[in-house]
Amino acid sequence: MDLTPTPSQTVGPYLHLGLTDARSISRIANDGARGERLWLTFRLLDGDGVLVPDALIELWQADSEGNYAPQESSADSTAFIGFGRLATADDGSCTFETIRPGCVPGPGETVQAPHINVSILGRGLLKRLSTRVYFAGEPANAADPVLTLVPENRRATLLAQPDPARTSNWIFHVHLRGEGETVFFDV
Amino acid sequence: MPSSRLQDNSSMLSGTIVPIRRHEPGTQPDYLYPAYRATRLRAPSQPLIFLPHTLSEVTGPVFGHSGIHPHDQDLTLQHAGEPLGERIIVRGRVLDGDGHAVSNSLIEIWQANAAGRYSHRKDDHPAPLDPNFSGTGRTLTDNDGFYSFVTIKPGAYPWRNHDNAWRPAHIHFSLFGPAFVTRLITQMYFPGDPLFAYDPILQSIPDERARQRLVSRFDMETTKPEWALGYRFDIVLRGRESTPFEK
Repeated sequence: MDLTPTPSQTVGPYLHLGLTDARSISRIANDGARGERLWLTFRLLDGDGVLVPDALIELWQADSEGNYAPQESSADSTAFIGFGRLATADDGSCTFETIRPGCVPGPGETVQAPHINVSILGRGLLKRLSTRVYFAGEPANAADPVLTLVPENRRATLLAQPDPARTSNWIFHVHLRGEGETVFFDV
Repeated sequence: MPSSRLQDNSSMLSGTIVPIRRHEPGTQPDYLYPAYRATRLRAPSQPLIFLPHTLSEVTGPVFGHSGIHPHDQDLTLQHAGEPLGERIIVRGRVLDGDGHAVSNSLIEIWQANAAGRYSHRKDDHPAPLDPNFSGTGRTLTDNDGFYSFVTIKPGAYPWRNHDNAWRPAHIHFSLFGPAFVTRLITQMYFPGDPLFAYDPILQSIPDERARQRLVSRFDMETTKPEWALGYRFDIVLRGRESTPFEK
């Protein structure tokens, strides 16, 4: 049998039917999870700056000590899930409740700054877009082995900013194309 | 949480990350495919930045194992009555790029009804809704990577991408696999559909052989006498780079 991986196709505009109507996860960390609790709002814009109301955002992150949930545990039953998924609303946004991840080991002796791994799927996206959310003002960002791969003038696109109006709330804008385009990774 | 749990992860060998294998050129669509109009404003214009895999990429969620009901894999049993249309069985096996079965892994599907209408508030195609069909299903692969669904053959439907644009009949499939980067969402098509040549979503895959992998095949073995036609749809997720330990 040919073991070339199956090609991706768009989720289309009705992704909610199969994915988020029954199974959204907005709380990545339940009450028992340790760490600094925060709310992270995504706002998705297309190449004309128009909000994208038919996309899916999936997140995968380490716990506050920098550990990813083990494969043996079920994401459905633990205090810290590590995984979230939401469809963007009509205003192109969605908000997750989580805890700030810890530092994760990087290649060699490096240490990755706290970050959240992001998949974006949607109508008009033939395959997943991959990016990362880092936190503005985090001292560990300077030595992060992935951020340093990114041209300096584009790094800011990967930084969530604190919401001046609400403590513990962070905002991450995704510009899919054009002005201020978010950095996407080839993973 | 004990930090020793990282050592349990199958992606770690002697503390080293085993990367997930990259795609061969042409076997996946590009982001920008102008014939599919919505890509023009949503595809990135800057080149992607190559990310060597770290723990963040080679780990992934185990999701959706609880709360799966028997009716979730039979889309014809989810309401009081039977849906209209041609009952079918879709069966297949999920493997990784090394030929290993992807076992006990969630598959989610969604689709239009036999008339080509989705049970979704934003679908305004003037075809009838079927009160006995929601068009959503989920199941886990078994220990050998096999899955099966009973459903109704979806209808083709028009969309507004270009003049007289019609989507070939398809079922959306969503799979996770073992890592965050093995996540795959795709569409399964039916053999011999005359709309293939006109569909920019399917045609966005450059490699003809790769494109054919999305077309299920009629399968007499899966077909049940006096009851339903069977289609076979195998899915391959990305495997791991080979390592000295494996060769």
